[in-house]
Amino acid sequence: MLPAGPESTPGRRYPAPMRVTVLAFASLGQTLGWKRREVDVPEGTRADGLLAQLLAEAPEMEPHLARLAVAVDGEVGPRTAPLRDGGEVALLPPVSGG
Amino acid sequence: MAHAGLVEEVIDVGAVSATVECPENGAVVLFVGTVRNHFDGRAVQGITYDVHAEMAAREITRLVAEEEAAHDGLRAALVHRFGPVAVGEASVVIAVSSPHRDLAYESNRRLLERLKREVPIWKHEHYDDGTSTWREVEPLGGAG
Repeated sequence: MLPAGPESTPGRRYPAPMRVTVLAFASLGQTLGWKRREVDVPEGTRADGLLAQLLAEAPEMEPHLARLAVAVDGEVGPRTAPLRDGGEVALLPPVSGG
Repeated sequence: MAHAGLVEEVIDVGAVSATVECPENGAVVLFVGTVRNHFDGRAVQGITYDVHAEMAAREITRLVAEEEAAHDGLRAALVHRFGPVAVGEASVVIAVSSPHRDLAYESNRRLLERLKREVPIWKHEHYDDGTSTWREVEPLGGAG
């Protein structure tokens, strides 16, 4: 529950924020200037919603978006994957081990 | 399972090989991937490996377990470095033993190719002129 500010509408129920840990690897981490960050998102946010929120803050990540795999809680999956409070979202550029 | 995972320190190649050796197996194939001093005509000083440590360890363990489960008697080990790795040092060591050589050769190659496609590890190449490049090659499953 968000604290009621002077502009809040009395009686309106705000969605409780969730806090997720976002990990940005390789060139994406370099572009963003961070590798790990806690991010607050509205309850019910999916991976694609988080990406949109991050993009709004950091338009410079746009060229990376199409190439990223997204792992929610360690599992690579569709961008429609739901997030959970306390969960982890890893943004994974194409890999190059070996 | 013999040995599978990520290490920060120099890999003891003989120790990795020893984990797959057994009297029933007449072949051990060992792959040692090392950091080379050039890429695309540029002089390379070294590579820093970025990893999603938890996922990468789990995926490496899975690859090795799947390979062992698919072939009777086969034993496999795969160890990959993370952090800075100097030219000439091993970044990855894969050892496979099997009763006969054909399977050991095939399996070792398959593990390397799957490692390159399925495990969240990234090369950050550092060049002699002070610049660097992230090598980003194989999209992980589900990307895009």
